[in-house]
Amino acid sequence: MHALANPNRFLKLADAIQPWAVGICILCFAIGLPYGLVFSPADYQQGDTVRIMYIHVPSAWMGLFCYGVMATGSAAYLIWRHPVANMAARASAPVGAMFTALCLLTGMLWGQPMWGTPWVWDARLTSMLVLFFLYLGYMVLGDAFEHREQGDKAAAILALVGSVNLPIIKFSVDWWNTLHQPSIFSMEGVSVDTAMLAPLFLMVGAFQSYYVVVVLMRIRAQVLQAKVRSARLLQAAE
Amino acid sequence: MKQFWALIRRDLRLSFRQRADSLMVAGFFAVTVILFPFGVGPEPGVLERIGAGVLWVTALLAALLSLEHVFADDAQDGALDLLLSSPLPDSVIVAAKIVSHWLTTGVPLIILAPILGVTLQMPSSSIGPVMLALALGTPTLSLIGAIGAALTLSARRRGVLLPLIVLPLYIPVLIFGVGAIDAAVMGFDNSRLYAVLAGFLLISGALCPWAAAAALRAARL
Repeated sequence: MHALANPNRFLKLADAIQPWAVGICILCFAIGLPYGLVFSPADYQQGDTVRIMYIHVPSAWMGLFCYGVMATGSAAYLIWRHPVANMAARASAPVGAMFTALCLLTGMLWGQPMWGTPWVWDARLTSMLVLFFLYLGYMVLGDAFEHREQGDKAAAILALVGSVNLPIIKFSVDWWNTLHQPSIFSMEGVSVDTAMLAPLFLMVGAFQSYYVVVVLMRIRAQVLQAKVRSARLLQAAE
Repeated sequence: MKQFWALIRRDLRLSFRQRADSLMVAGFFAVTVILFPFGVGPEPGVLERIGAGVLWVTALLAALLSLEHVFADDAQDGALDLLLSSPLPDSVIVAAKIVSHWLTTGVPLIILAPILGVTLQMPSSSIGPVMLALALGTPTLSLIGAIGAALTLSARRRGVLLPLIVLPLYIPVLIFGVGAIDAAVMGFDNSRLYAVLAGFLLISGALCPWAAAAALRAARL
């Protein structure tokens, strides 16, 4: 991990990963979207609305995943001053916020026909909404300082503080009796047929590789920005 | 430990001499609560139903209002630099700040809440639960809030940033605080909800001073 603390070395690795990630992303979307939205079987109770799942579940997963990356990266930054970890954390935040928003929106669209209301204040929905606000707070706090490093550190601490929310979201459907259905993955195995599971996994793969593509692009932009900044400082010093 | 109490005594004396913080928070709390009967109408049934929520949300905002001053005043006159360069661990200093923040802003809320509850037509049986729930919940608000205050100490547009960071983290306290009062008013056993509030207090009491101290160091460079 410490070998990747050098931004240039990291960018080399990123260059090697990027085309694969783009390829996997396009492939998964190309197969997963039509498979999930058209060719997979409709649910015997929910009918065609069950297809919202193929967007909703992957984006919920990504919302949590991005925060996990953010918290881990922030911890690595605070402990080892790992510069790339911090860039990864900062790069994940807007992507994670977008996925969380997508999850909330598709959830509302799904809730309208299924529950008769787009929004209920149960534990799962509330904790997901809190996650969205944590993303917003993280992004705003990071940019609110005159010195970049101050913002980086403050935002990293906030990310760690907010990570208490992650287990709450994950287990909210088990701890409380909520309207939101519990996870389809449990100790007793999977409660969904393979014909639905396959497109679901394809969509998760698509979202995940989309994340890799975008975050690598954002990290690269941050590295270049830092280089421009230090070049300007050198220029000004001369 | 001696320094810890000395620090609290100093903060309390400062706040008593200035009298601004406690009065401001209590005044804000009272004025905002009495807006609700005008806003939602004075029907006793409605007010009684939403009373616990109104008290808690307003207490939350009142606590938020005073958070900015937890570290800012000392940072401005340089006292915070002196304190942080003393041999005392930073987390102890932060803990002392949090305790004095709670004593100057949380305690007035707890005392005032039952009186305001009466104006919201809440039954007299709710006085005990209201005070107990607030007594268990408001220290947690001060503890969590201290992290936000430390993080935003030298940030721009602090006034807007602080609520955005702190309020989402207040939601669990709000949920269980209101739940405890509502359950008591309806005559259910609410000891478990008190236990959850006490649990929040213990966990945040153990972690928040430490996190806020780290935030203070980070935000000051």
